Amino acid sequence: MNKQTKNNLITYGIVIAFYIIFEILILTGHLSSHMKGLLVPMTYYAVIAVALNLCVGILGELSIGHCGFMCIGAFASAFFSKVTEESLPTAPRFILAFIIGIAFAALFGFLIGIPVLRLKGDYLAIVTLAFGEIIKNVINAFYIGIDSNGLHFSMKSSMELGMEKDGNIIVNGAMGITGTPHNSSFTIGIIVLLIALFVVQNLIASRDGRAIMAIRDNYIAAEACGVNVTSYKMMAFTISAAIAGAAGVLFSHNITTLTASSQYFGYNASIMILVYVVLGGIGNIRGSVIAACILYLLPELLRGFSTYRMLIYSIVLIVMMIINWSPKVIEWRKRTFGRFSFKKAGAKEAV
Amino acid sequence: MALLEVNNLSISFGGLRAVDNFNIIIEKGELYGLIGPNGAGKTTVFNLLTGVYKPNEGIIRLDNEDITRKSTIEINHSGIARTFQNIRLFKEMSVIDNVKVGLAERFKYSALEGILHLGRFSGVEKEMDDEAMRLLKVFDLGSERDVLASNLPYGKQRKLEIARAMATNPKLLLLDEPAAGMNPNETGELMDTIALVRREFDMTILLIEHDMKLVSGICEKLTVLNFGRVLCQGETKEVLSNPEVITAYLGE
Amino acid sequence: MSFLTYLINGLSLGSIYAIIALGYTMVYGIAKMLNFAHGDFIMVGCYIIFSVSGAMSGNSAVGIIVAIILCTLLGVTTEFVAYRPLRGASSPLAVLITAIGVSYLLENIALLIYGADIKSFSSVVKWEGLSLAGGQLQIQGVTIVTIVISVVILIALQLFINRTKQGQAMLAASEDKGAAALMGINVNRTIALTFAIGSALAAIAGALLCSAYPSLSPYTGAMPGIKAFVAAVLGGIGSIPGAMIGGLVLGIVEILSKTYISSQLSDAIVFGILVVVLLVRPTGILGKKVQEKV
Repeated sequence: MNKQTKNNLITYGIVIAFYIIFEILILTGHLSSHMKGLLVPMTYYAVIAVALNLCVGILGELSIGHCGFMCIGAFASAFFSKVTEESLPTAPRFILAFIIGIAFAALFGFLIGIPVLRLKGDYLAIVTLAFGEIIKNVINAFYIGIDSNGLHFSMKSSMELGMEKDGNIIVNGAMGITGTPHNSSFTIGIIVLLIALFVVQNLIASRDGRAIMAIRDNYIAAEACGVNVTSYKMMAFTISAAIAGAAGVLFSHNITTLTASSQYFGYNASIMILVYVVLGGIGNIRGSVIAACILYLLPELLRGFSTYRMLIYSIVLIVMMIINWSPKVIEWRKRTFGRFSFKKAGAKEAV
Repeated sequence: MALLEVNNLSISFGGLRAVDNFNIIIEKGELYGLIGPNGAGKTTVFNLLTGVYKPNEGIIRLDNEDITRKSTIEINHSGIARTFQNIRLFKEMSVIDNVKVGLAERFKYSALEGILHLGRFSGVEKEMDDEAMRLLKVFDLGSERDVLASNLPYGKQRKLEIARAMATNPKLLLLDEPAAGMNPNETGELMDTIALVRREFDMTILLIEHDMKLVSGICEKLTVLNFGRVLCQGETKEVLSNPEVITAYLGE
Repeated sequence: MSFLTYLINGLSLGSIYAIIALGYTMVYGIAKMLNFAHGDFIMVGCYIIFSVSGAMSGNSAVGIIVAIILCTLLGVTTEFVAYRPLRGASSPLAVLITAIGVSYLLENIALLIYGADIKSFSSVVKWEGLSLAGGQLQIQGVTIVTIVISVVILIALQLFINRTKQGQAMLAASEDKGAAALMGINVNRTIALTFAIGSALAAIAGALLCSAYPSLSPYTGAMPGIKAFVAAVLGGIGSIPGAMIGGLVLGIVEILSKTYISSQLSDAIVFGILVVVLLVRPTGILGKKVQEKV
């Protein structure tokens, strides 16, 4: 068994151990209902952190609009679940909801990737932010209702839908979707997380993953080696968006009223995920999962800490970046610790 | 039939004709040197040959195939591999993974098989590992297979870059100043490596170089560029004794 | 007449974006970094004016001066502590992420000091404004002042850059830092000066922004900051007239689309324009093309 496989298994092991510990705590009644309510969000934040790390750490492109893909996954799947709630039994419906949420997020990842991936660096980052905001704003202007005549659609108001008396408004503009069935659970969240990890870790250890990382490290050399830069970028970005969509499905099936609000889907939310990724180690998939779980739970565990939470995160973020990336600091570390002994924790080998 | 045949190749940047009416014929198996003063347009020729720039005029034929308007990627698939003046490795990847990126065009499985690690995945990966190790051993990098490329010493980074280029199974190898930044010892070792590549892979090589000792030591033919134009072309000895070449290098 | 009113409002908002965008574009032009925290400098400036004016029983002139001085210091300090160590880092993402960290830091400091509730900001412009065409066309004082100030700043900056030694040093450093250093230009000091000017402009923009839209919260600067960056990109990053044009275009589009299309979709339209412009002209309206050397 090679190092990579072993590393991957350790990651799955950590997630499963984590799951078992929490399940025991629940069974023995040691978990308050407040804490139980945090478990599903923790899993979807871990899932989207994995997705974002694929984009930032493996593909090497900074996206600050990833919550937009989560938003698409959330709305597409919630819409489906609302429409089919009466007609389909829970299990197949929820599985279909996942497929639809993921497919829509992937589709938009692909479509948005076409223009976005032609750009580089700061420009790319700001355009992902722009798309994230566009998605949020457009969804906020959607009104969709259903009645005996079928679907009605408007971008003005619910009155404009012109529905029959038996009609039912499903997406109500800025008020979003209310009453999506609560199908997400901690167990399902963990399963989705494991699948996301499986996909990303296997991808990294494959021919396609190596091509993606080659583009990250030096796209000119990658082209000279015959790597099709555009299509591999698209592939990584689309998969990343799809996984973010899966996080969105978990999200929407865990909340009573789903709105495309800035709190959940704005660029600030995307930046929060970025904080998880950076603190867990850029390119270090396992690190993202651990960082997402700890950073999400910690402020909830330490009451009173939450006021200072963001303040401390931001300081840690700045300090981490300087320690890990400042040329002077790196040189000093090399001098002090030797050439080979000290490699950036987030570097590829740790994946 | 010549392996590489370039006719009337020209490109201008703004008003400057960086490469002007460039011609070259390289036969299979030759080790050919492209020399000239700084700014003569040598790297621009490489960038034209590899599709980084598109020429304003001229035709490039590789093995009788017109590759003039092809993209960098297609040109690589057609059979030209290169190294860079300022080394361009995949720094955050291991030595063996650098080579395996180069191998990817020849050893294939679908993306789905890659993600699921099923089907052809294990078999093809094994073949790639074997092939990559075979290459690395030729370049004496076998023991560094899991080292990060950025952690290799300078000379070995140069070698890895050549190994990666060879992994794409080229017909023609372009080396852009392989001895840049090397001491005489390392240069000597590099000459051995280049000789080895020819022997081992029966490779045709075009190299840009400043180090006259290296050029006169291993190249069979030379083309001298000056101000984007071919100054002189032919057997190494004749070229190096040409008074015009001496003037271009040493000044009036 | 109402269209004209909206147009003038758009011009005014655009002027504010332009002033912010000038700071962005100068910093980007010379330090080659997106100072994500630039918008939050605006917010800091607003809170300073708010506090000082409050303490001085409504005298906003002192508040503005203090805000300009403190924002300048903040900009220079941030550059020195957080950005300078990352100059020359192997990944260009490093300094961008750090700038995001600084943005978060400033927002959360403001949150701790002032709380999340929205403060009502009293306009620094006391003039009522003009009433034209027999009262059909009302133009607020702050609108006129904003447009005038932005034009003055634009001219002053152009003169500074083209006519002074420091300005020429900035141009040189933005072209090629290494060569500029060889010509005896202190690149670090030049970059610090750029941050100082950009941050001072942010304070001025803050005063005008909060006078026109008098609600102040820790997140006040974030969205205008991002839109101003969009404006800078639109106009061509690094170009001072470009920032001005970009800002005006953005402001007018935003106000008009809010009025005539949908207030819900106006931000989407603004960002949509960014996407379209970057696809058609990746370097913006007045930007220069750069190709990576192989």
